[in-house]
Amino acid sequence: MAQESDHAEVNRQSLQRDIWLPLLYTVKEKKTENRGIVTLTLAPSAEEAIEPMEPGQFNMLYAFGIGEIPISISSLWNLQSTLVHTIQDVGAVSKAFCDLSTGDQVGVRGPYGTRWPLNKAKNKDVIILAGGVGMVPLRPLIERILNDRSRYGKLNVLFGARSPENIIFHQDIISWQADPTLNFQITVDHAYSNWRGHVGVVTYLIEEANFDPENTIAFICGPEIMMRYAVHACLDANVPTDHIFLSIERNMKCATGFCGHCQYGPFFVCKDGAVFSYPQVKIYLNIAEL
Amino acid sequence: MKTIKDLLTEHKFFHEMTPEMLEFIAGCGKNMHFNPGEFIGKQGDPADFLYVIREGNIALQLVQPTQGSLTIRSLRGGEIAGFSWIIPPYRLQFDLRAVEHSSVVALDGTCLRKKCEEDYKLGYYLMKQSATVMTQRLVDTRIQLLDIYGARV
Ligand SMILES: Cc1cc2nc3c(=O)[nH]c(=O)nc-3n(C[C@H](O)[C@H](O)[C@H](O)COP(=O)(O)OP(=O)(O)OC[C@H]3O[C@@H](n4cnc5c(N)ncnc54)[C@H](O)[C@@H]3O)c2cc1C
Ligand code: FES
Repeated sequence: MAQESDHAEVNRQSLQRDIWLPLLYTVKEKKTENRGIVTLTLAPSAEEAIEPMEPGQFNMLYAFGIGEIPISISSLWNLQSTLVHTIQDVGAVSKAFCDLSTGDQVGVRGPYGTRWPLNKAKNKDVIILAGGVGMVPLRPLIERILNDRSRYGKLNVLFGARSPENIIFHQDIISWQADPTLNFQITVDHAYSNWRGHVGVVTYLIEEANFDPENTIAFICGPEIMMRYAVHACLDANVPTDHIFLSIERNMKCATGFCGHCQYGPFFVCKDGAVFSYPQVKIYLNIAEL
Repeated sequence: MKTIKDLLTEHKFFHEMTPEMLEFIAGCGKNMHFNPGEFIGKQGDPADFLYVIREGNIALQLVQPTQGSLTIRSLRGGEIAGFSWIIPPYRLQFDLRAVEHSSVVALDGTCLRKKCEEDYKLGYYLMKQSATVMTQRLVDTRIQLLDIYGARV
């Protein structure tokens, strides 16, 4: 198949190269998700590309002359060597990425980090709980599950955002809502008129999910406060502790486990995470200083 | 056709209530239906009813003078609206407005209070259930105040 041979070729090339060295990518497409959030499609500027990525992994994206930041892969729908990244403008570097235009070039090194353990979800019910831009690293996971739907049990995607204006991935949401094999629920914290959906905290969507707790795997990503509440909602619903996985974020420099910048208790998030099982990070999740 | 007692029996707020208690309060209830956009009650109105939501979507709203109505919670089938019937001075704290076509059993507040005074076990049941739901809503409001999506991702 054309896509597979693309992968194999990309793979061979990347194995020979220095993982520290950013490769040049060109912005092929830019989509504004909402105010302050864009999705960029990046294509290798030359022959060489990074290795194929897996859901949960991230790249270090370099805005020339400004800085480098870790950004998760946002879609794996297109299996070619293009990369899809969704970036929220929160500071100097992320703003530089949001300000890019098609044709601009960036540096990319990666892929880094652990993956969502999809193999553990085989034949199990799945809860995917996303808060805000936390949907970004979870979207490739949803794509993978939908692509191989019969391998999994009931699929619940629960998405919380601050307000309707903060919702991202509208096209995906429309298709998820229409998909009978998926229970998609969305809630916002507050809304003015015209919003006919749920209003309330994301954790209350658990009540709308269909799952057999003992046989369920939960994947959670969002701001850390939201993840703490989300984990408790899963535990209260009797999902076993070791069936809960979350993606932790810390500022990064090297992304290869050398500088210690991303230390989180005994872990380096760049190398041991960003995806962790809840038992791994349970005691650190409540420590404000970490 | 289902009786008010049947409809209350099906609702999770009344799951642990004895058949005798359900029989006792069913006489306070009537079926009501609201169209999308229709106000069920407005902030400051007397809290005449406890609304037992059977189906639909009812918004708890606050009016922001320059920006319109802000929904702070939506309530669906299986939930309860209008707790102020049990707490003096028995006034609605929010606007209640149907977002979709909504069907409820409306239990008359004055009638319920009278029955609670007559039967303290019933009063304790309703107070305990109400406290559970109100506490959950308070926790939810605190989480919303934390603006959990604001910090980033
Ligand atoms: C593994 C991983 C994957 C990520 N994936 C994405 C992604 O797909 N899309 C995306 O938009 N962002 C993602 N991020 C976060 C992104 O890396 C940061 O927003 C970025 O580094 C901010 O850099 P900056 O120079 O723009 O802002 P800075 O000037 O560094 O920071 C601006 C403000 O944002 C806060 N901030 C910075 N980074 C974070 C963070 N990680 N968590 C919470 N607050 C933070 C700072 O405290 C500061 O208040 C990811 C982070 C990690 C570790
Ligand atoms: S970023 Fe350097 S050790 Fe993780």
